[in-house]
Amino acid sequence: MAEVLLKVDNLKKYFPLTGGIFGKKIGDVKAVDDVSFYVNKGETLGLVGESGCGKSTTGRVLMRLLEPTAGTVEFDGKDLTKLKAEEMRQMRKEIQMVFQDPFASLNPRHTVEKILEEPLIVHGIKDKDERKRRVKEMLEVVGLNSYHAKRYPHQFSGGQRQRIGIARALMTKPKLIIADEPVSALDVSIQSQVLNLLEDLQKEFQLTYIFIAHDLGVVKHISDRVGVMYLGRLVEITESEKLYEKPLHPYTKALLASIPIPDPDLKQERELLKGDLPSPSDPPQGCAFHTRCGDCMEICKVTRPELVEVEPGHYAACHLYTK
Amino acid sequence: MELSTNNQLQRPLEPVEEKAVSPWLEAWRSFRKNKLAVLGTLIVLFFILLAIFAPLIAPQGINEQNFEKRLLAPSSEHWFGTDDFGRDIFSRVVHGARISLWVGFLAVTGSIVVGCLLGILAGYYGKWVDTIISRFFDILLAFPSILLAIAIVAVLGPSLKNALIAIAIINIPNFGRLIRSRVLSVKQEEYILAAKAVGMKNSRILFHHVMPNSIAPIIVQGTLAIATAIIEAAALGFLGLGAEAPNPEWGKMLTDSRAFLVQAPWTMIFPGLAIMLTVLGFNLMGDGLRDALDPKMKN
Repeated sequence: MAEVLLKVDNLKKYFPLTGGIFGKKIGDVKAVDDVSFYVNKGETLGLVGESGCGKSTTGRVLMRLLEPTAGTVEFDGKDLTKLKAEEMRQMRKEIQMVFQDPFASLNPRHTVEKILEEPLIVHGIKDKDERKRRVKEMLEVVGLNSYHAKRYPHQFSGGQRQRIGIARALMTKPKLIIADEPVSALDVSIQSQVLNLLEDLQKEFQLTYIFIAHDLGVVKHISDRVGVMYLGRLVEITESEKLYEKPLHPYTKALLASIPIPDPDLKQERELLKGDLPSPSDPPQGCAFHTRCGDCMEICKVTRPELVEVEPGHYAACHLYTK
Repeated sequence: MELSTNNQLQRPLEPVEEKAVSPWLEAWRSFRKNKLAVLGTLIVLFFILLAIFAPLIAPQGINEQNFEKRLLAPSSEHWFGTDDFGRDIFSRVVHGARISLWVGFLAVTGSIVVGCLLGILAGYYGKWVDTIISRFFDILLAFPSILLAIAIVAVLGPSLKNALIAIAIINIPNFGRLIRSRVLSVKQEEYILAAKAVGMKNSRILFHHVMPNSIAPIIVQGTLAIATAIIEAAALGFLGLGAEAPNPEWGKMLTDSRAFLVQAPWTMIFPGLAIMLTVLGFNLMGDGLRDALDPKMKN
């Protein structure tokens, strides 16, 4: 069986909600609420969900850019949540991140060379020529030219900038890359180029990806397995084909139904989601999705469904499948 | 706009080594186009040169007295006339540039260093650090600045050095607040998060990422503050709390001229003009810098 690289157990991230004159804590925003999953070495795990469902927060908590409220993140046998600050800093060499907005994630006052060199500097590669050589190499790897090194980020297009962002993530030769909506800020024509680049790099460097997106089409293209999140909870996770062919959770079904079909004549029977996303500061009792679910039962309003293995390798958190 | 980006996409990447256009270079280019700013810079440069070469330019020593030539009107011999001790006012104004610019630069440098340090700490670390430092700024700002300067000089004793220290102290909160607010917004930028994700230490993030992106308004504010510092130094000198008697400090020269204002207005006009021109120069330069460094101001 495939080796597990990252194992997340009962991860929670609550943001305190304060109010009143004295900033008293009056509640929590449960951005990530009891999420568990694993990622095998060399595979791509897609994380999808509406905006505000906690998928980006999950990515950031995994890297401890945000401190988790509870839960464990086991990476390569080590629990990241227990590492001291300096140990975690060292560990970042192994886990890198590609950010959503290539216009905001590159320091406008640094040249590309400096941007790409910095990861090497902070992870102790002292030889200047060696660093410069690796920067040039990496630029070629991500489909740019080595003479781009002296330019500033504002001299590039969005797609090129995202390539720089990817190059930066690859500089320290990480094992895991968390890609936080890496293509959603790009033109559709550029999206596929960047996705293909990510796939090529995965083969070349044996990378493992966690690919966060809100676009199921993009995720289908790149993922081996897909997890669906709703209101801070993981509602379904399974292999990509299974999810698209036979979704179990009503929310996943609704999400899949919302993918537009590129044929204007095709009349489609589809069940669209009704209502709005409930506030994560005050999620519904029981199953978080019951307020919008077409198959809502009495138990859904009371008890929160656990993520259970409905079929081999296919997990869903829904009372339809617990009996 | 869209057309040009399309063309760029279609054009194959030319393999020539290009000169990188750094944001600073770009700012310099737009600064150069601003005529008033260039004029301001020239005025400032003029006074700086005047200060540097004062002993060569001044026809007489600053304390050379000649009682036969008291309160003479401007003439070919004494361009700016003479004062009540028969000293050549032109020579004294030229030497005064040294004092005023020196006070301006030194006081502002002092307040920038202290203010930025405190402001960056407050902005980056937040929480109780921010509370303490911000309240300290609030206390300083609660006093009218010239009153605070007078109080500080009164405690330290009147001298040019103490006036300089006082001016530096009263300007600290301006810089501190400015950089704190910049740091607060820069801190939210994704490239700071990216720097953290790459595995950088706080100190490196602060000095390589937060600071270079927060410093531009400080340069602008600094230039403008030199102007006010010169005025404040002159004001303290005028009140007798700055430079001591024989020093040709412009503010001090204004006080000394009060008694002969009607008979010999030149004793006041020329030091006054010098103050005005220097301040104007720094202000024009500062305004130009602001337009050049703040991309949002560009049209």
